[in-house]
Amino acid sequence: MADESLFDFLHMEIVSHIYKEQQSSKEEMDNKDRAVCVSVLESMGFRVGQGLIERLTRDSPSFKDELDVMKFVCKDFWTKVFRRQVDNLRTNHQGTYVLQDNKFSLLTQLSNGKQYLDQAPKYLAFSCGIVRGALSNLGLDSVVTAEVSVMPSCKFQVVVQKL
Amino acid sequence: MSRQSNRTTDSKKMNSELFTLTYGALVTQLCKDYENDEEVNKQLDKMGYNIGVRLIEDFLARSSIGRCQDFRETADVIAKVAFKMYLGCTPSVTNWSPAGDEFSLILENNPLVDFVELPDNHSTLVYSNLLCGVLRGALEMVQMAVDVRFAQDTLRGDNVTEIRMKFIKRIEENLPAGDE
Repeated sequence: MADESLFDFLHMEIVSHIYKEQQSSKEEMDNKDRAVCVSVLESMGFRVGQGLIERLTRDSPSFKDELDVMKFVCKDFWTKVFRRQVDNLRTNHQGTYVLQDNKFSLLTQLSNGKQYLDQAPKYLAFSCGIVRGALSNLGLDSVVTAEVSVMPSCKFQVVVQKL
Repeated sequence: MSRQSNRTTDSKKMNSELFTLTYGALVTQLCKDYENDEEVNKQLDKMGYNIGVRLIEDFLARSSIGRCQDFRETADVIAKVAFKMYLGCTPSVTNWSPAGDEFSLILENNPLVDFVELPDNHSTLVYSNLLCGVLRGALEMVQMAVDVRFAQDTLRGDNVTEIRMKFIKRIEENLPAGDE
């Protein structure tokens, strides 16, 4: 059984690698480059999320409704993947959900002050993908974004796409 | 929501799966980005090196192992403490060279390759090459230059996974970090 810290190390190195590769010959990264990095990380996370949710829900009964799915993601799924439960779930009951995690496990290794606030989104892209992948295999197409205002707390916004 | 199964083993397994699946996603991405397996192997080794130079500190902090007296002791620590701590398995240490500077780690099962099959067009891919880089990077930080490579790989049809480690030299001065 792999140790928890291995994922943290691997994730940090993956983020570093993706950004370095994109930057390669240029001096500065522009927004388009950053968007490419985020998108690559997010799509990697997507496939991982799909796999994880399949393993986790193998023996569970199907969910009653969308809110039930979101609650499952906030409790069981979040615990298994990010080692704690989501602290706060808000919704407008029209397909938009905000999941707040006050001590997000992938941000705890970065310092708590403002210094690295602008670097934080790099470390959230993969996780957004994981959430989107999980929801996708539970039957919900969504767009997942994340924002950080105070480290290490962050908010994931899930907008479920209606067909 | 109550679940009958044991929560602790479940959560360890899930973290293991998170790691395994993430590693798989990484290898897939690298195969997309680079044209040939050799290049992917090199990148995996480089990334492993970067992880290894940081992992060693985590290892030393958590295991409180002192300095090893010789390469044999190093081999034992790697197999019995490090692999156990990080990958939950204990490879056996065998095939020592007569000079005592080279040995093999035999893993019955490699956690990185759960759920993995190599497609035919990637027969030269060393899927778990990250491990070689990690070992190389970690040992460099404790003043040992080593060469690490896979001699056998269950993904390529062998019965076991065998990692061959060769001691090259003791590093005397402080080298600047990185293969970046």
